[in-house]
Amino acid sequence: MSGMLGTFEGAVAQGILWSIMVLGVYITYKILDIADLTVDGSFSLGGCTCAALLFQGVNPILALFIGFLAGLVAGAVTGILHTLFEIPAILAGILTQISLWPINYKIMDKANQSISQDKNRNEIKNIFMRFQEITGLELREATLVLGLIIAIVIILILYWFFGTELGSSIRATGNNPDMIRALGVNIKITKLLTLMLSNGLVALSGALVAQNQKYGDINMGTGAIVIGLAAIVIGEVLLGWIKNFGGKLFSAVVGASIYFLIRAIVLELDMGTNWMKLISAVIIAVAMAVPVISKKIKTRRMYAESVEEDMVKEETEC
Amino acid sequence: MLELKNVRKTFNRGTVNEKKALNGVNLHLNPGDFVTIIGGNGAGKSTMLNMIAGVYPIDSGVITLDGENISRKPEHKRAKYLGRVFQDPMRGTATDMEIEENMALAYRRGKFRGLGWGISKKEKEFFREQIKVLGLGLEDRMTSKVGLLSGGQRQALTLLMATLQEPKLLLLDEHTAALDPKTAKNVLELTGEIVESKKLTALMVTHNMKDAIKMGNRLIMMHEGRVVYDVAGEEKKKLAVRDLLQKFEDVSGGEFANDRMMLAD
Repeated sequence: MSGMLGTFEGAVAQGILWSIMVLGVYITYKILDIADLTVDGSFSLGGCTCAALLFQGVNPILALFIGFLAGLVAGAVTGILHTLFEIPAILAGILTQISLWPINYKIMDKANQSISQDKNRNEIKNIFMRFQEITGLELREATLVLGLIIAIVIILILYWFFGTELGSSIRATGNNPDMIRALGVNIKITKLLTLMLSNGLVALSGALVAQNQKYGDINMGTGAIVIGLAAIVIGEVLLGWIKNFGGKLFSAVVGASIYFLIRAIVLELDMGTNWMKLISAVIIAVAMAVPVISKKIKTRRMYAESVEEDMVKEETEC
Repeated sequence: MLELKNVRKTFNRGTVNEKKALNGVNLHLNPGDFVTIIGGNGAGKSTMLNMIAGVYPIDSGVITLDGENISRKPEHKRAKYLGRVFQDPMRGTATDMEIEENMALAYRRGKFRGLGWGISKKEKEFFREQIKVLGLGLEDRMTSKVGLLSGGQRQALTLLMATLQEPKLLLLDEHTAALDPKTAKNVLELTGEIVESKKLTALMVTHNMKDAIKMGNRLIMMHEGRVVYDVAGEEKKKLAVRDLLQKFEDVSGGEFANDRMMLAD
């Protein structure tokens, strides 16, 4: 039993590290109304960059930061394709994502890089192991706590940023581009900045996950956008009553944790990870379909009632 | 202060849908002019305002504002000088943002937006004072989302936002056309009050000829992408709707029977 609890605790910890990616997806998907498919590539980019650097003996915190910067660049590429060349956002994202495959491979010079040891065969102490040493917690708990601290710090930064003059104009860009252009904001710039920030966070998440699982893999980001959207949807369904912006970001983190919990259960049931892809897709599709269907049913009911009323009226009149 | 010289614009050039929207427009505005613009559908009224605002680039001609050639400036840079209210009440405000957030965005029109806080305490007070002018009781709902307001309230708010940071030129593009008659009347009165109290220079497109005569100090009529009639001062005050109809018939050769202008009267 304790083994299973441990598995679930590990799943939640993993979910929290992935939730940094979800926060990145949140700001493009929810604020700019763009489903940015760069994410699959930039998550791997962050993980691969971090793994390659750790293997070279670079400090793990610095490696995270450089992973973040790499994500900014990936986001800028999508942003430039979308704003300067006016390529639709979805396609711009796909183009960057595809282009990142050989780059991610080149960064590590192989498809998969273990980072238990560096090139001189010294043990690599990643940030979670370091945090474990400082706090004396078990590694799994240390991961959970450190992940949560990082997530909360990022939420606070985002909360601050989207309250600033620049952040407000980004929110307005997603809300009403005509209006904010008429108020003197170059929406190409605001979109570009948002895509950069978003992919920076996604790559940072990839770097954290790489350190946690002790390897970088060019495939590690595959399906990340679906995980991100599913986590946002789960968070909204469970914590939809929260209206505050910071709270909404936090519910995305909760959504990510629950997503990985569901995944752990699926794995525990020996169903294999492949099923998780189907489950994620179904979660997203159902969550998006339910409001539409319920509205249609409501309209039909109202119509049926009014027709009935009319018929009753006609009968009595006769 | 505003000068349009031989401004031309053709949409969909070289296709079957080719439309000469502006056909050599010349217009000179003096500081403090409040000009109403009338004309049939497709006369180029809205296009002219959009060209001044930089929504689309012009094909040829020159637009100068206060001596500065703004013909090639992008829309977001011209915004510094221009206050704009659109026909669609949904277009001028951000639905999911609070009233005071919307005002703060408008208050920074044309200014650099950095990492300072989006709205200061002092500004909140200032906005609360300003919004009282509208007389809609919105001062008690400053943190409500704009999406909760009616079309008329949103349009009144947009008008206030457009003038919060005093513009060199106010562009009103049929800003009362989508409102019910009573709300339209209120917004129009408000427009007159704001333009007068701030001594703004303004261009107002309208389909209502009575409004066009009543408001402002000058009236122009457009037809087929040109200014065909321009009247100001005492002469404008003496105008009656039937004079305008007659004028319109003269320039259009009597083809106005189906036009919306008739209905608006």
